[in-house]
Amino acid sequence: MGPPDPILGVTDAFKRDTNPKKVNLGVGAYRTDEGKPWVLESVRQAEATILKENLDKEYAAISGLAEFCQASARLAFGDDSDVIKNQTNATVQCISGTGSLRIGAAFLAKWYQGNKTVWIPNPTWGNHTSVMKHAGLDVKSYRYYDPKTIGFDFKGAIEDIKNIPETSIILFHACAHNPTGVDPQKEQWDELSSVVKNRNLFVIMDMAYQGFASGNIDEDAYAVRKFAKDKHNMFLAQSYAKNMGLYGERVGALTIVCNDKEDVDRVMSQLKIIIRPMYSNPPINGARIAAKILTNQDIRQLWLKEVKLMADRIITMRKQLVDNLQKVGSKKNWQHITDQIGMFCFTGLDQQQVERLTKEFSIYLTKDGRISMAGLTSKNIEYVANAIHECTK
Amino acid sequence: MPLCRNLRQVKQLLLTVSQARLASTNSFWSNVEMGPPDPILGVTEAFKRDSNPKKINLGVGAYRSDEGKPFVLESVKKADEMILKEKLDKEYAPISGIAEFCQASAKLAFGDDSNVIKNQTNATVQGISGTGSLRIGAAFLAKWFQGNKTIWLPNPSWGNHTPIMKHAGLDVKAYRYYDSKTIGFDFKGAIEDINNIPENSIILFHACAHNPTGVDPQNDQWNELSSVVKKRNLLVFMDMAYQGFASGNIDQDAYAVRQFVKDNHNILLAQSYAKNMGLYGERVGALSVVCNDKEEVDRVMSQLKIIIRPMYSNPPIGGARIAAKILTNPDLRQLWLKEVKQMADRIITMRKQLVSNLNKAGSQKNWQHITNQIGMFCFTGLNAQQVERLTKEFSIYLTKDGRISMAGITSKNNEYLANAMHECTK
Repeated sequence: MGPPDPILGVTDAFKRDTNPKKVNLGVGAYRTDEGKPWVLESVRQAEATILKENLDKEYAAISGLAEFCQASARLAFGDDSDVIKNQTNATVQCISGTGSLRIGAAFLAKWYQGNKTVWIPNPTWGNHTSVMKHAGLDVKSYRYYDPKTIGFDFKGAIEDIKNIPETSIILFHACAHNPTGVDPQKEQWDELSSVVKNRNLFVIMDMAYQGFASGNIDEDAYAVRKFAKDKHNMFLAQSYAKNMGLYGERVGALTIVCNDKEDVDRVMSQLKIIIRPMYSNPPINGARIAAKILTNQDIRQLWLKEVKLMADRIITMRKQLVDNLQKVGSKKNWQHITDQIGMFCFTGLDQQQVERLTKEFSIYLTKDGRISMAGLTSKNIEYVANAIHECTK
Repeated sequence: MPLCRNLRQVKQLLLTVSQARLASTNSFWSNVEMGPPDPILGVTEAFKRDSNPKKINLGVGAYRSDEGKPFVLESVKKADEMILKEKLDKEYAPISGIAEFCQASAKLAFGDDSNVIKNQTNATVQGISGTGSLRIGAAFLAKWFQGNKTIWLPNPSWGNHTPIMKHAGLDVKAYRYYDSKTIGFDFKGAIEDINNIPENSIILFHACAHNPTGVDPQNDQWNELSSVVKKRNLLVFMDMAYQGFASGNIDQDAYAVRQFVKDNHNILLAQSYAKNMGLYGERVGALSVVCNDKEEVDRVMSQLKIIIRPMYSNPPIGGARIAAKILTNPDLRQLWLKEVKQMADRIITMRKQLVSNLNKAGSQKNWQHITNQIGMFCFTGLNAQQVERLTKEFSIYLTKDGRISMAGITSKNNEYLANAMHECTK
């Protein structure tokens, strides 16, 4: 019997709880201020437009919908990027972020001539290790999160990276680090790029929250674009689960950045050889929606507004949580809550405090003290602040 | 001094070589080889380039209407509309997929009255169409099967079977299946080979509408295969990509699956809805592992999820919602059953017309295999040279093994095709 999923366990326990004040801060999906899932208007418009076109349901190419792949690469790298201008991106549609990471990792496991060990930040998304291992890569980690400052351990990261064996592989969360919410500043990204270049490391950029973090798609793509400009050998995994709310449609893209256009054709041929015996070709529905949103000017503008709306609500909840904690008399420093960015927040609570929060207040979160900001609403934020204060005073 | 000069020359040479390599390191992935072109795609590409107005594409493995167009089923369109009206969210499905879809899919395959369904001994997960279901099943066997981790495929089989099994971690061997002399099923050869498969190995069967030959065992032959396989203690993997699409009847096409289950084989089953619901690009499928009891089901499910999660986390919801709606809404289900029979009937009609036209054209050869065979594909029995003539002289595109996709034939091009085949074989 396999071990139960730790995050699902939180949701299961939440469902069983009969306390009317219960709050689920485990869920990693956006919720409105009413606590409901949100299908974006831009998505509904794209769907309606697509329905009218009476398209068939024929197989996509193994590499996916070409229009989607192109638009996706442009969104990540920017229209003025050399990668886009010179068409040195080998981009394939994949099954959301997970699928993009898996195909990219499998490609490295087969073709990468350097050290086939991926260095992931500590901590990282729970599924990263499994994805890499199942694909055939070894996994190690570098310092990232500092529990003392509840922030980025820049010094520790640089130290560790300088000691990573040359030609190894290193993974970064492009923005909105999961689970901590702790991101490097721009100048820190610049230095990381330099150190990584010196060690001759291959870079994996995992971008699951472009637009969703700051509310601005260019801002959130800073690291990706900087590393591309600095000519790193890299691959990028993109997900549209959160920023377009396309979760279950499984929309994502993998781009292997080549430095020679001639490489692109060969790399594409080998990516297809990995995809074909896994699932033949990717699902069309979500990619059609994403392509429509990215290429239809009106719908794209609407989408940019909506992704900013989501980011803003989360930023507001962060501010209100800190305000309420202070209002309720907490003497602790909660600045990290507003310093952090994206869906998740490392509260700094320890395991016992987390247990109290759950047992006494019916507030559900993961043992590491991580909360999903999406679970907070203007209605429950005071209750949550009170409870956190009770458990930490 | 000669030695010094040689050393200097060697150093010079090494410097030149390393500089040359440095200059070419702009191409970071220079070691990546160009993969072999896909043979079937190659056929379609050549077809597209051909300017002959009479050209026919018999390579495509997707259903086409009598007008030669892709066909989105009415039942699918209706299901799509109903779902759109429900304004459902787009939240993640569970790792194992949409439960309603999984249940309905298992019922469709095993039959409502099956013990598997009644006792709930199926561990069923939604998979990414047939390919994805085969891959998850194979990966599960590679990790947990305690017998011989070699899977025996029929010869020939679908081109992608071998890479799927190998990438998943299984070895691949083949048993005799197609008899090129009779252009039919090599029953004797299959039984002989299966009797010699090392005990406790894995064996794969196409449940119906064998791809690429169109050659299926008769019911009584399935019964005997089941018996022989039981004696060798082989684990059976059933690949059912055409339920309903082969004969037009979903129960008939599920005969082998249901017989093996009745004979107490704990089979693995991969289902696809690409063809029978026309859901190709939506990637709808399911993998079922038949277990001994419910407790086994729970453990198997937990391990299937552990394989799925690091591959793509959870499956796409779009197509599974459509399939579930069709299977569980009685009106839509009835409409679908009519439409799948329609597709099967058109293909069966094309088979009959092709044979009739070949006879009309004056062919003396026996073309009975065309109407004996079933499903999307047909092994014509044409050899590589005849295939080349068909393509070069008549702009008819098919794969080198003489396989044609019946879906590419219409009432308009049937006679032209028959004439061409006659010219190349008389």
